Amino acid sequence: MNLTNNSPVLIPLLFLSTGIMTPVLAMKKEWLARWIALGASAASVALSIFNLIRVINVGKPIHYKLGNWNPSLGIEYVLDHLSAFVILVINAIAFLVLIYAKKSIESELPGKEVPYYASVLLMLCGFNGMMITGDLFNLYVFLEICSLTLYGLIAVGEKKSSMAAFTYLIMGTIAGCFYLLGVGFLYIKTGSLNMADVRAILPFMLDQPAVVIGLCFMTLGLGIKMALFPLHGWLPDAYTYAPSVSSALIAPTGTKVASYVLIRIFYFVFGITFVSKTLPVADIISWLAVVGIIYGSIMAIAQKELKRMLAYSTVAQVGYIGLGIGLANPFGLIGAVLHILNHAVMKACLFLVSGNFRLKLGHSNIFKLDNTIRKKMPWTMAAFTIAALSMVGLPPMAGFFSKWYLALGTIEKGNWLFLAAILVSTLLNAVYFFRILEKVYMKPIDSQSSNTHEQGTYHDHSVKENEETVKRDEVSPSMLFPTLTLAAALVVLGILNAIIVDGVIKYIIPKGL
Amino acid sequence: MTIPETYTSIIPLLTVLVSLAAVPLILLSSKHENLREFWTIIASFIKFGLVVIFLLPNALENKSAVINIVDIFPGVALALKADQFGVFFALISSGLWILTSFYSIGYVRGAHEHKQTRYFASFAICLSATMGIAFSANLLTFIVFYEILTIATYPLVIHKETKEAIYGGRKYLVYTLTAGILLIAASAWIYKLTGTLDFKAGGMFGESVLTPQRAVILFILFLGGVGVKAGIMPLHSWLPTAMVAPTPVSALLHAVAVVKSGVFGVIRVVGFVFGPAIMSQFGLNNILLAVAGFTIIVASFIALRQDNLKRLLAYSTVGHLSYIVLGAALLTPAGFTGGMLHIAFHATMKITLFFAAGAIYVNLHRENISQLNGIGRIMPWTMGAFTVSAIGLAGIPPINGFVSKWYLGMGAVQSGQIIPLAILVLSGLLNAAYFFPIIYTVFFRKGEKLEGLGEAPAIMVVPIVVTALLSVLLGIYPDLFFNFFKLASSIAASIVGVK
Amino acid sequence: MTDYIIGHYAYWFTFILMMIGFYGMTMKKNLVKKLIGMNIFQVSIIIFYVSTAVKWGGTVPVLDLNISIADTSKYINPLQHCLMLTAIVVGVATTGVAFALSISIFKRYKTLDEAVLIERMIKDNESDK
Repeated sequence: MNLTNNSPVLIPLLFLSTGIMTPVLAMKKEWLARWIALGASAASVALSIFNLIRVINVGKPIHYKLGNWNPSLGIEYVLDHLSAFVILVINAIAFLVLIYAKKSIESELPGKEVPYYASVLLMLCGFNGMMITGDLFNLYVFLEICSLTLYGLIAVGEKKSSMAAFTYLIMGTIAGCFYLLGVGFLYIKTGSLNMADVRAILPFMLDQPAVVIGLCFMTLGLGIKMALFPLHGWLPDAYTYAPSVSSALIAPTGTKVASYVLIRIFYFVFGITFVSKTLPVADIISWLAVVGIIYGSIMAIAQKELKRMLAYSTVAQVGYIGLGIGLANPFGLIGAVLHILNHAVMKACLFLVSGNFRLKLGHSNIFKLDNTIRKKMPWTMAAFTIAALSMVGLPPMAGFFSKWYLALGTIEKGNWLFLAAILVSTLLNAVYFFRILEKVYMKPIDSQSSNTHEQGTYHDHSVKENEETVKRDEVSPSMLFPTLTLAAALVVLGILNAIIVDGVIKYIIPKGL
Repeated sequence: MTIPETYTSIIPLLTVLVSLAAVPLILLSSKHENLREFWTIIASFIKFGLVVIFLLPNALENKSAVINIVDIFPGVALALKADQFGVFFALISSGLWILTSFYSIGYVRGAHEHKQTRYFASFAICLSATMGIAFSANLLTFIVFYEILTIATYPLVIHKETKEAIYGGRKYLVYTLTAGILLIAASAWIYKLTGTLDFKAGGMFGESVLTPQRAVILFILFLGGVGVKAGIMPLHSWLPTAMVAPTPVSALLHAVAVVKSGVFGVIRVVGFVFGPAIMSQFGLNNILLAVAGFTIIVASFIALRQDNLKRLLAYSTVGHLSYIVLGAALLTPAGFTGGMLHIAFHATMKITLFFAAGAIYVNLHRENISQLNGIGRIMPWTMGAFTVSAIGLAGIPPINGFVSKWYLGMGAVQSGQIIPLAILVLSGLLNAAYFFPIIYTVFFRKGEKLEGLGEAPAIMVVPIVVTALLSVLLGIYPDLFFNFFKLASSIAASIVGVK
Repeated sequence: MTDYIIGHYAYWFTFILMMIGFYGMTMKKNLVKKLIGMNIFQVSIIIFYVSTAVKWGGTVPVLDLNISIADTSKYINPLQHCLMLTAIVVGVATTGVAFALSISIFKRYKTLDEAVLIERMIKDNESDK
């Protein structure tokens, strides 16, 4: 038993075992659940870092045979730059959100801590499994594990959440079944479920209809899971009505993992020439993504509930990732992978902010926000501002750089419409974020009497006093720390993006791209 | 012309960071006004000192301090390079920041502005961004600082938080963010075409990879990107709207830092991205000439009709910015020299005018020219300085405006084009036509309700007089302080000389 | 052509089954009927997998001394069956979660009819204001 050799399997195993053990161990001592979750999550971050370093040092994919069965018979776990990188991103975000979770769960879900944490751990097991596995069917199993827990995590929210979760369940099951069907078609033709095997066999049978149908079903299923326009119907309700912590956990991770799987299937199973040259699947994906970018941004502008706005913004941002995948050139892929990271950090930060609002103000309705919040929660608002600027895509925040890579990708492809869509969406993002910033940092316009503009010197006293009498009412440090860490990370990631790209993402690009 | 050399130095980075470092200090000392203002003043002096002592002497010998901070894109670093042109611009903005800081203190206290901490903090960030723009070694760095400047200026524009201010802020954001987008698109395309983003005197297109059609589209994208901040018509309309900001903001940002970053960008694009050769090869300079000429004339006519003093100054700014663009569009050494001198000289003159407008506002709460009858008698220093600068902007010697205009005229002659020369002459007349009535009003009309009112506070008047004095001295001897002329002509030579 | 259609009859059957399930999931208004559709859908995929394992004249993959081990064409491929065992488990679990959700929906809204549900949700929205 050697830790180094077994490191790929440890993370899913860790989450699986702790997820199952939590209800038992914490039966009498409910406070234990949180610590188990935190411990497991921290360990997973450490292991992810270890894995990433190991991959970087080895320089090529590490194959791990589960139970020492050879791949075509047994299941294989594959640790390469792509999986190691995305695993680290997802686990790190989850860890920060779990630090945050305590107060929010206590207030929104009293008495449900133990099952909640257990579900979270199982969900993470599913995510990690999906990302690390090199087996198509094993991926389906993990997909269903995380889906089942996701339904639960969403359904415990406010009144409408159960219906949102039900819709998600129907859509999610369709997605899962489509994926399974696609895998079935591939298996009929290739006789293998191992991704590397399938990759090796497929080039000889790409003209077969069964392979094409398999690809279509898998893409459709994953498209639903990653909420690619127009398959995003489940997402806005689910993210809006879920408890704050669930939204913060799922929004940055769920769609990203599905995007990761799409990259995996496109680039490492079918091969990019097949999906982009032989069949126009990649093109279709990028066109849908572009429509999704614009649609999501416009819908976000129309929302009055912060979480719902963020949900639609997720649809738009997933569009960026989809666009990057569909461009099928190095810059596009770099942009997509970098955006998986950047968007995860941004969205987590924004959903944590909305969670702070819910806890302290009792709502997250955009129209009820006013300039007292600035005084009440200065740090939360600072984090929100940074994340908002990053979402808009202003340098030196992280969001700018993924857009920059994507812009280069679209130019490489020579499609000016895509470039225009990326750039226009920047403006649309600015509209819906500055709308909130204006409300929070400025006096409400309604309360200004009509003559104040003559003398900028003297102010409406009622407003001023209101603003000054408000006491600081910031959330507790355990919630503030993750929020601010994520916000700070946006600046750091922005400035250091080249290191990430040079060190990790560059190696992801498959040969021949 | 000496051969350009580079050396590694941390000074450019420090210059950028000084005012950024002041931001947390300003925020922390928000309860102690004097301490807070102390940080601003200190930062401004250090910044100016760094530029003058460390960067200027080397720049004069054509040695550029270079620092690569960190790669922000594989192969492209967040790099600062204090070349001559950068130092030239940094010198102007950091020098005038000192004066503006003193003036601001007097203004915001005199006018009892709210949220002064936010005001000073944003101001400091703006200056950092301006330095960054000045020293950007490549387009990506330029974009980074350009966007930071956009965002940091926003709180200043909406400072008053009135309906007009918020409207002005929105308009400002729409214009500048759109500009940023165009700039990003253009840069990405350039990278695709040339594989580099580094600025290079004389242009970065090694062999011609441009087709005429491409060149025009690319140039228009760039022009849209930098032209918004440079106030080129029809992209100028945010500028008068943004005049709702407090006057020191208008003064420094809308006469020096922001709009000059725009024209700085235009010259960077003309001289360091495309280069004169490509510009004339594809006839791009004609586009620029047409736009600039149109802007100069139309802006002057609009200025004629303004009653609000700050709006008038805003339109005058729009017109004068295009002088600089015009100078660049001529593609001759004298044209570039004149354009660059006008960056410096217009700054000293226009800042005086804005300062004077602010002093009037703080002192008398008047903003319209029709209300200013006879105030020259109670505010002789302020209005004296105002007069000096107004004369300068009309291009009458011995004020410095004459010098830059002279070189612009020479540039037009060198290029053998008559129309630019005619535009310059006509706009000189128009300048006189909109400024002289004001001078007449303030000195020779009889004022009302002026009893008991005197000059503005000394902390405001002194900067006004100093900038006016600067304008005169630089008019008599342009190389007097910091060798502006020598720098400008050297930069012009480096742009035009390298083919 | 006829041969093609008849030759693939198992696929047509699963296809029809799948469409029935899909119809139930998407078009039916009652949540429980949706779940029934979902189960039909899942079962159709299970049948699809299992049907691909069939070999004419093949036997169960248990070592038969009369058949040589190397003669794999005599054995049915066991893998699909194993996979589908997992899929059945997943399906049962999903159905369980779905029932739990519908119970919770019924507790909250006192109905499982989609149209009525939406009506009540809109009413909730209005009372929020």
